[in-house]
Amino acid sequence: MSPTQWDFPVELCCRPMAFVTLTGLDVVYNAVHRAVWDAFCANRRADRVPISFKVLPGDHEYPKCRPKRTSYEWYIPKGILKTGWMNKHLNLVPALVVVFYELDWDEPQWKEKQSECATRVEIVRQSLQGRNTKVAVVLIQKKTPLPPGEDVIASERAAALCNACELSGKSLFVLPHTDHLVGYIIRLENAFYEHAQTYYYTEIRRVKSHKEFLNKTTHQLLFVRHQFKIAFFSELKQDTQNALKNYRTAYNLVHELRAHETNILEIKTMAGFINYKICRLCFQHNTPLDAIAQFRKHVDLCKKKIGSAELSFEHAAWMAKQFQAFGDLFDEAIKLGLTAIQTQNPGFYYQQAAYYAQERKQLAKTLCSHEASVMYPNPDPLETQTGLLDFYGQRSWRQGILSFDLSDPEKEKVGILAIQLKERSVVHSEIIITLLSNAVAQFKKYKCPRMKSHLMVQMGEEYYYAKDYTKALNTICWSTHFQSLRKPQIWLTVKIPVKLFQLLDYVLCDYRSEGWWSLLTSILTTALKCSYLMAQLKDYVTYSLELLGRASTLKDDQKSRIEKNLINVLMNESPDPEPDCDILAVKTAQKLWADRVSLAGSNVFTIGVQDFVPFVQCKAKFHAPSFHVDVPVHFDIYLKADCPHPIRFSKLCVSFNNQEYNQFCVIEEASKASEVLENLTQGKMCLVPGKTRKFLFKFVAKTEDVGKKIEITSVDLVLGSETGRCVVLNWQGGGGDAASSQEALQASRSFKRRPKLPASELHWDSIVIQASTMIISRVPNISVHLRHDPPALTNEMYCLVVTVQSHEKTEIRDVKLTAGLKPGQDANLTQKTQVTLRGTELCDESYPALLTDIPVGDLRPGEQLEKMLYVRCGTVGSRMFLVYVSYLINTTIEEKEIVCKCHKDETVTIETVFPFDVAVKFVSTKFEHLERVYADIPFLLMTDLLSASPWALTIVSSELQLAPSMTAVDQLESQLDKVVLQTGESASECFCLRCPSVGNVEGGVATGHYIISWKRTSAMENIPVISTVITLPHVIVENIPLHVNADLPSFGRVRESLPVRYHLQNKTNLVQDVEVSVEPSDAFMFSGLKQIRLRILPGTEQEMLYNFYPLMAGYQQLPSLNINLLRFPNFTNQLLRRFIPTSIFVKPQGRLMDDTSIAAA
Amino acid sequence: MAVCVAVIAKENYPLYIRSVPTENELKFHYMVHTSLDVVDEKISAMGKALVDQRELYLGLLYPTEDYKVYGYVTNSRVKFVMVVDSSNTALRDNEIRSMFRKLHSSYTDVMCNPFYNPGDCIQSRAFDSMVTSMMIQVC
Repeated sequence: MSPTQWDFPVELCCRPMAFVTLTGLDVVYNAVHRAVWDAFCANRRADRVPISFKVLPGDHEYPKCRPKRTSYEWYIPKGILKTGWMNKHLNLVPALVVVFYELDWDEPQWKEKQSECATRVEIVRQSLQGRNTKVAVVLIQKKTPLPPGEDVIASERAAALCNACELSGKSLFVLPHTDHLVGYIIRLENAFYEHAQTYYYTEIRRVKSHKEFLNKTTHQLLFVRHQFKIAFFSELKQDTQNALKNYRTAYNLVHELRAHETNILEIKTMAGFINYKICRLCFQHNTPLDAIAQFRKHVDLCKKKIGSAELSFEHAAWMAKQFQAFGDLFDEAIKLGLTAIQTQNPGFYYQQAAYYAQERKQLAKTLCSHEASVMYPNPDPLETQTGLLDFYGQRSWRQGILSFDLSDPEKEKVGILAIQLKERSVVHSEIIITLLSNAVAQFKKYKCPRMKSHLMVQMGEEYYYAKDYTKALNTICWSTHFQSLRKPQIWLTVKIPVKLFQLLDYVLCDYRSEGWWSLLTSILTTALKCSYLMAQLKDYVTYSLELLGRASTLKDDQKSRIEKNLINVLMNESPDPEPDCDILAVKTAQKLWADRVSLAGSNVFTIGVQDFVPFVQCKAKFHAPSFHVDVPVHFDIYLKADCPHPIRFSKLCVSFNNQEYNQFCVIEEASKASEVLENLTQGKMCLVPGKTRKFLFKFVAKTEDVGKKIEITSVDLVLGSETGRCVVLNWQGGGGDAASSQEALQASRSFKRRPKLPASELHWDSIVIQASTMIISRVPNISVHLRHDPPALTNEMYCLVVTVQSHEKTEIRDVKLTAGLKPGQDANLTQKTQVTLRGTELCDESYPALLTDIPVGDLRPGEQLEKMLYVRCGTVGSRMFLVYVSYLINTTIEEKEIVCKCHKDETVTIETVFPFDVAVKFVSTKFEHLERVYADIPFLLMTDLLSASPWALTIVSSELQLAPSMTAVDQLESQLDKVVLQTGESASECFCLRCPSVGNVEGGVATGHYIISWKRTSAMENIPVISTVITLPHVIVENIPLHVNADLPSFGRVRESLPVRYHLQNKTNLVQDVEVSVEPSDAFMFSGLKQIRLRILPGTEQEMLYNFYPLMAGYQQLPSLNINLLRFPNFTNQLLRRFIPTSIFVKPQGRLMDDTSIAAA
Repeated sequence: MAVCVAVIAKENYPLYIRSVPTENELKFHYMVHTSLDVVDEKISAMGKALVDQRELYLGLLYPTEDYKVYGYVTNSRVKFVMVVDSSNTALRDNEIRSMFRKLHSSYTDVMCNPFYNPGDCIQSRAFDSMVTSMMIQVC
């Protein structure tokens, strides 16, 4: 038997297709025939009809047909299905034989050719004697045929040929050898396909016709056989629905057979075949649920049909195959577009197949453990004459015997022994691993990571067993006919170590991270065994570390055994073997370990422990989150062992991100210089289980590290000695391992009271890792004061007095001052702020906003110094100013002199405000508000300066700088010199200006600038005066055609003559006709021209003189002057009123004067 | 009656797991652990449903040849997994449901114990005896 005896035969698994043979084709030497054959068989796509073609010679002998049985009465079948039957109908017995023959209709030697063709057909018919196989003739012709009916000769000769060959007209075809060969071929094969279907139909009818002769008692097997045949023929006919129906009937019939130990294998084999067909067709019909249901039914029916107990491994093998085959079918269906789900995918079937394969292995192990002296029986009972069985699922030593009684028990025994011995040579692990890896691939696809891990563990275990097995194989002397086994053996030995550890490491991580400790422990135990058996030192130590740890669920006795072994390993001795290991493997392992001991190689292993849960826990904790540079840095390392016995370590060292500190933080067994650790004795190098040990370290931080973070990058604990073996447990950062974060979380949630411990001991859970600390500079002992008068005024030199006083015990050196705008504020502020030390001159934009490192000198204890800073703020708003004083001081810590740099800073926020507000307005000479000024007519500019400063201001001077377009009417002298303004006070100035005529200017005419020079009244003499420039507003200038101004006294007196002179100026280039009239007034009498019309030349003026005589005292309306310009109707009296006074104050007649006048009179 | 009962924390580590003593304990541990794949998938599928409309009972997680694994998830994502012998056809969905409800209420009692720290393994005699009552009685 081959190792693949459980595999389904190929003919069962393939898709049955109609079998058609082609004869008369010489595909080797004839190019035309070759082309025809290629067109038939090459490139068959799914849309072509399902036919399998074969080229055979014309005189090929087809399998002989057995003579027809007329009665089944005396016939007793010997088995269910012959092994050759399916193959026979797939590949040997054709549904149709096609005879190809080169013959054109206009062949000159027609008669001869016709009879040759007839002979050929006859030969084929001869060899198909008794079969229903159809025969067809294809004439290969060189000429393209004419349309049917047109070629008279052709139809005549065709009829003659049919007659000669005894063919029906439907079986004669013409194949013109022209360009459209493939098209003709496709039409041909469709015709063939129809013939084939007819053939299979008759076959089905033929098989069905047998049925009526059968009886239920003796022909039970035939019922199954016939049903199977009908189904198979239906498949060949491509009638899958009927095939499925018939297979289902066949399946039920199989289970109706009387099962007995002798025929159970045959029944199961056939049931398996039929089940396979049913499932396959169900998937093909896209009814996967039917397939699954059928398979479940099949498994349930067959699960208990174990058969012979001595060969029960065969049942397991068979079950495994059922599941595997179904998995394959399922997978294939998925590849063709079926969608599977997480809980129903091929993986489960592969997994179950693997379980049965494992069961098979177990059973084989118990049933086939014959001693080496048991020889394989001779002659081999498994040999048959043909090398093949006659019927599927029968025993080779009693083929065709249907009796349930064993006729020859001795023969049976020998047969079973032979099967058992054969089973020993099966590499079960390979089968199992293949199935498991199939399942893994599926579960990976369907999002089952845990299932995948679980299967990978099983794979790992299987690899482990496989190794065992290989060892066993080596020691047992196998005869040469198992030579083939050598290959898998090599495969296993090479693959196991690497694969196994990779697999284990991969899954261990998953179980660890999810906290399934029971599963982790079980895997680790296997891994430890493996590493022991292979003497993998590092792995052995790693697994031991974790098995001793708190995550392990092992019992204490196991743990103490492992710990003892670990200690042995550390002392460079061999460990004791792990329990439950194969004795032979242990022997090999012991030898390996002995080699390891004698081998003087690298004996130091560094194991990074943060990814697993070792039996020593570590936590590092700095005493504070930051340390001043002038005090030593203290930190503790806490260690706790979880193993059952105390364990000694040889070294504990800590590494930092600045490696210079590493040397200060080492505890070593040999070191006598225990300066870093007080009261260190040898006994302290031992960890007692369950007790938290604390190790205090301290070191002096370097002054360069001020402002930096010091981090513990790793903690190394060395177990064992360098003379023996050395294991370095390496914790990254400040300790902690794969489980500690979850534990810390639980501990923080817990509010259970912890049992009281002696003061010296600590609760492990209460220790929080603090793996880094900051080194900060020494605390400064100076005071920095700022004196100033806020708020600052825009652009002034604002004085800031900095006072630094030293409170240090020793002299401080190199005192430096950094002062100015605090960095990190608005970028515009930096440009609008200047800082200087010299207040005597104004600073400009080139001055910086921050003065850095101004050396100030040294300070003796208690001494103080003062520094003045001047700040100029160009814009209003608040600013933060920084004053930063740094200095150096010598100090000693731990008898070491160091130079410390200290610094102190002060910040102050200063508001900047405008010193004063300036308001400007234009008024007419009559102090009336002006919206616009008139060309050449004087007007007044009034400035109003309102102090906004909380401090008194001195206006040093003010100046009006006129724009070229403006002229001053009189002297522009400042009227505000040396004026002191208190808060809220204001100072005003008035200037008389005139604007010459300009063209029409958009937006008005520039007036000029107003410059105010000022300083704080309190400022010192040498403080520069600040000039504030105010741009005066633009003014709109308008031209008028005529200007009138009046000369009149400031007041009049009742009954005294009041001379008034009006000047009329022509401002245009035209001669103007002017109508002037004066309206009478009640308060005045007057003399002069009451109404006149005159003409004024361009640029000249006309004078009008009036003598008013006031009649009433008080503020009186003057007789109004009306001017009418004939050319400028827009010039109204309204406008005129702006220039000339409309009223005058009239004083009453002076009595005193009267008296004197009277007296004089 | 169940052959294995397990309570799994939100973070998927076991809070409580007990199986019939006659069988290999490890096998059930693996079975419960692998069933979490399906639980995870089901939870993520119903993640969008409103909390109060959510069905806690997850139903049959997956069948094996010999056992059926059922799941249940509380609103705080604590999972209950129960393994039942496949041959035990007497157990209907409703019975399983009520067993889970019993388990849930007993678990709630455990949580109400002020001395129980959520996330710790369950060591409660009341819970133990309740689980025992649901397990197959082994003679």
